[in-house]
Amino acid sequence: MKHMTEEELIAYKEGVAAQRAVIAQHLAACQECRAELERIEAVLAALDTLPVPNPGDDYGRHVWQQLAPRLPERPARSWQVWFEPRRLAAFGTVAVLVIAAFFIGKHTGRPGTPDLNASKEQIRERILVVAVGDHLSKSEMFLVELSNAQPNSSSGKLVNISAEQRRAEDLLDENRLYRQTALQEGDKVMASTLDELERFLLDVANSPDEVTPAQLEKIRQKIEERGILFKVRVVGRELQERQKATTPPPAQNDSMKSERNKA
Amino acid sequence: MIRMQPSVENAQTIAESDAVAVERTLAGDRDAFRVLVERHSHNVFRLAYRMTGNRPDAEEVVQEAFLRAYQKLGKFEARANFGTWVYRIAANYAIDRMRQRKKEEARRAEPSVHEEGTENDPVKLVRDEAPTPERLAHNIELRKQMEIALAALSYSERTAFVMRHWEGCAIEEIAEVLKSSSGAAKNTVFRAVQKLRLALQPFVGRGTQVRAMGTES
Repeated sequence: MKHMTEEELIAYKEGVAAQRAVIAQHLAACQECRAELERIEAVLAALDTLPVPNPGDDYGRHVWQQLAPRLPERPARSWQVWFEPRRLAAFGTVAVLVIAAFFIGKHTGRPGTPDLNASKEQIRERILVVAVGDHLSKSEMFLVELSNAQPNSSSGKLVNISAEQRRAEDLLDENRLYRQTALQEGDKVMASTLDELERFLLDVANSPDEVTPAQLEKIRQKIEERGILFKVRVVGRELQERQKATTPPPAQNDSMKSERNKA
Repeated sequence: MIRMQPSVENAQTIAESDAVAVERTLAGDRDAFRVLVERHSHNVFRLAYRMTGNRPDAEEVVQEAFLRAYQKLGKFEARANFGTWVYRIAANYAIDRMRQRKKEEARRAEPSVHEEGTENDPVKLVRDEAPTPERLAHNIELRKQMEIALAALSYSERTAFVMRHWEGCAIEEIAEVLKSSSGAAKNTVFRAVQKLRLALQPFVGRGTQVRAMGTES
């Protein structure tokens, strides 16, 4: 008769065995396996005698008394998070830009311009240039600061990155909106760069508040490995150039975008 | 398994009452969170104590678990069980605390029994104590050996063992805390029991030989 393995008996005892009925049937017929199971049970029964101190009947109250002063005003529902002031500010910025786009489009149309659609396209792109340029320069600064963070890895002390997380969350909100706009505008390079940036910002935003120097180093390495900083710089510089230019002819703009998209 | 399992009816009432307290907390009633803290503190403390092995760390884990639960309450899904959720937060923080404790001990240059690796083999640790028959008979000595054997487990092994054997958690819950698959979590429970058995079998007086696995007779 083939006996049960120790793994099968432990799994049976701990209630995680896949073939519980088969093992039970075997145990009923096999004295040796029953004895083996009893030896396992004896060790576990001894462990069950290890005491856990009773923290006291009023422990819950005690925990609350210590906890209450540390609690922030109130936790936010996930949908309420969208109405936080900093997020409203991000939406506000975009809304102002959209309204500005509308009025610029209305008042800057050249009389007699045959291609009105081209003019609107140009204005939308100008909006993107200004807003995304600003967003990318903030992101670049954030990435540079993270890249240059040099915690003392030998101390092994946890590093608090909650401030960086908040900045990442702020940038994330704007980033989502600009990425979607870039996608709608058909600017693939911009959308792809913003997409990579978004993934990284998400990683930072979802990290624990405190990380080990090794974890921080990993975050830093991600910036280098994915070349995020480089891409953000390249697209950012290009946007700055376009921003400096006075009113570039629409045809040239389209060709620039398509050239970048090809690249 | 030692975890007190409430009756199905009771569990449902508690879950519904928890859900109301969560709703009220999210609506701005901070005192509603007090209900949740007072209701679940003992359970979380027991888990934390078994994972960390000492009272100060366990109390810190309890505080931190509820603080984190409060901060993340907006992300808590209404259909989920608050007790299970705060349990998972506590288990995760307890692992962090144990790691931190190990680093602190290493910095003080004290030999630590928490280290993972061959030098921490529970069997070796137990053998080093060279127990005499008198010691074996003594409950205090057995308790000491059990604490040593538990401390010699890796974090994941100790977590898996505590959550499964003592707290009766589902393998999926353990897998979530360990960030592993269910199969890997099950193996971790097995490894933990196997190590504990190797370390403690000589002290429990029910035969010192561990049978070769899966043998035929």
